[in-house]
Amino acid sequence: MRHLLGADRLDADTALAILDTADGLKRTLLGREVKKLPTLRGRTVITMFYENSTRTRVSFEIAGKWMSADVVNVSAGGSSVGKGESLRDTALTLAAAGADCVIVRHPASGAAHRLAGWLSDVGTCVVNAGDGTHEHPTQALLDAATLRDRLGGIDGRRIGIVGDVLHSRVARSNVHLLTTLGAEVVVVAPPTLLPTALADWPVSGLTVSYDLDAELPTLDAVMMLRVQAERMHGGFFPSAREYAVHYGLNATRLAMLPEHAVVLHPGPMLRGMEIAHAVADSPRAAITEQVANGVHVRMAVLYHLLAGEEDQA
Amino acid sequence: MAPRDRGATDPAGRRELLTPGDVARTIARMAHQVIEKTSLDASEARPVVLLGIPTRGVPLARRLAAKIAEFTDVTVPTGTLDVTLYRDDLRRRPTRPLGATELPASGVDDALVILVDDVLFSGRTIRSALDALRDAGRPRAVQLAVLVDRGHRELPIRADYVGKNVPTARTEEVSVLFAEIDGRDAVLLNRGDTP
Repeated sequence: MRHLLGADRLDADTALAILDTADGLKRTLLGREVKKLPTLRGRTVITMFYENSTRTRVSFEIAGKWMSADVVNVSAGGSSVGKGESLRDTALTLAAAGADCVIVRHPASGAAHRLAGWLSDVGTCVVNAGDGTHEHPTQALLDAATLRDRLGGIDGRRIGIVGDVLHSRVARSNVHLLTTLGAEVVVVAPPTLLPTALADWPVSGLTVSYDLDAELPTLDAVMMLRVQAERMHGGFFPSAREYAVHYGLNATRLAMLPEHAVVLHPGPMLRGMEIAHAVADSPRAAITEQVANGVHVRMAVLYHLLAGEEDQA
Repeated sequence: MAPRDRGATDPAGRRELLTPGDVARTIARMAHQVIEKTSLDASEARPVVLLGIPTRGVPLARRLAAKIAEFTDVTVPTGTLDVTLYRDDLRRRPTRPLGATELPASGVDDALVILVDDVLFSGRTIRSALDALRDAGRPRAVQLAVLVDRGHRELPIRADYVGKNVPTARTEEVSVLFAEIDGRDAVLLNRGDTP
């Protein structure tokens, strides 16, 4: 693996190898006083965030540090980006400064792919930490890790992705990864929050529904998406209250899920909007496990990108 | 009985250095040596832990523990210690999958830890294991048990318990097979010069 740009390019074997490594790292570090491995000593990882983030940036930084990589954080606000430097020049600067791996989050879909093209000559690897409304592959991997923990596997399970699918890179990455791993995925949303060409996505095992209540009893897991007001310019639904009534996960709906079903949310949550307090804090929700798994999954991704011999491809 | 003279050469050009019977006798002898050297059956014995290094150190550690239990009625806690994340050659090979690290519930603090591996060669795996062990706790002392010592050390490391010393050329390969993993017990020598 040279870069991690999207879940659409991950085959099942690679994805499972990353998940197994994450599992191994989790068990290795379990109950340890000193959470530090020497594996990536001397490698430099730079996070480059052009959009706000708490958990993704922090967990990449912790992941790098726990494996002894040197981690440097660059944010658009405090850097030369504010002086008008282009994405390409900033990336080449960071590579020239010695970055072995650049982790990028950018509001433009496709930014990570462009970056990978510019940096291919210098041997710096690129991890997509979210590009616009396109992909967020490490989120999908940590969701898959959480589902494996809670459900014992992903193959053959039925997983609902509910809410603002149109603006969600998390939904896109999860549709690709979970179907690759053999799950049936049903996306549930009002028609205005669904991508127009969803039916043409080249994935098998994907269905679409507008009726959350009808789907809930059939699901092994339900993934609630945040309504991304910052990407909405126009009326996508009449009111927040009406959205919550039709598509919010409340205690009544939680009871409609099968006993074993698990509730995921990529965070940040809008409590009272897509998810009720009682649901977010219930033992059925795996939201804090998702964050903990995020660190191990990102360690695994860095391991697969940086620890092996240099890929000549 | 010089080891190089034993056994037939199989179609793949591998010579059998130890037969299944030899493997069983060797492990039994190593178990006796561990009992003697650590006096783990003494009344005021201090804790001993066997840690197998994946892959084939793991079944070897379990078998040693089983033999020790058979000879002394003392149950020695066993575990596994994966060293992949501590290796010094990670960047020279394709990405390696991780093995399992499972320490006994009693931990390794203040115990005599015996690292168990199938073949001792350059000593680099054991160097990695010592680093991994340091992150897992603080043992009272560390010893090393290997089924085969084939020489060619690159580091100042030696084993405390050796099943069989096998003089080899660097180009040769020694493979240890265990029934748990490979379907049968054997130690094979593969002449590196035969294709």
